[in-house]
Amino acid sequence: MLIAKVVGSVVSTQKDEKLQNAKFLVCQVHDHNNQPKDQYVIAVDSVGAGEGDMVLTAAGSSARQTTLTKDKPCDAVIMGIVDSWDLGGANVYEKWND
Amino acid sequence: MFLARVTGRVVASTLYEGMQGIALQWVQPLDDRGQPEGAQKVACAAIESGPGDLVEVVDGREAAVALPGEPFVPVDHTIVGYVTQAVAHGVDLAVEADPS
Repeated sequence: MLIAKVVGSVVSTQKDEKLQNAKFLVCQVHDHNNQPKDQYVIAVDSVGAGEGDMVLTAAGSSARQTTLTKDKPCDAVIMGIVDSWDLGGANVYEKWND
Repeated sequence: MFLARVTGRVVASTLYEGMQGIALQWVQPLDDRGQPEGAQKVACAAIESGPGDLVEVVDGREAAVALPGEPFVPVDHTIVGYVTQAVAHGVDLAVEADPS
């Protein structure tokens, strides 16, 4: 999975009808050192994420393994909201300090 | 599948239903000479791996198949095994490396 920060959302009144009730969020990918990368993804939200959340995203056909996106034209889904992470024991990101 | 070094741990209390209890770990993919290659990814751990371990990671849709009970969950990387020995180009890649 990739970790990304939700930086925006996309409203699309005219879209594939299979995606009607899917919420699209704009997610900027962050690296393991919590540095924003020049890479973003439009992902369907499946856990109630919002702007500013650090999220976990899954891509490819794995993204269709939710009740919301099953058999839908979707290749990226937000499937977790990150609380914290460490590298070799050193804290790198803590939601409460973000 | 690819070789990787586990480098860290991720805590995420809000997860897609069916993923509770699955450990999430940062992995640094390695090339066939054991050198870091490409961005680190977050993988589910189907084994008791931890920072510093040399492991095999499966990606794509099969990552969910590697989890106990094959849950219908949206994951695209899973750690499926420890590397006891890995030899490529005549070099043993299972060399202790600094996980950071």
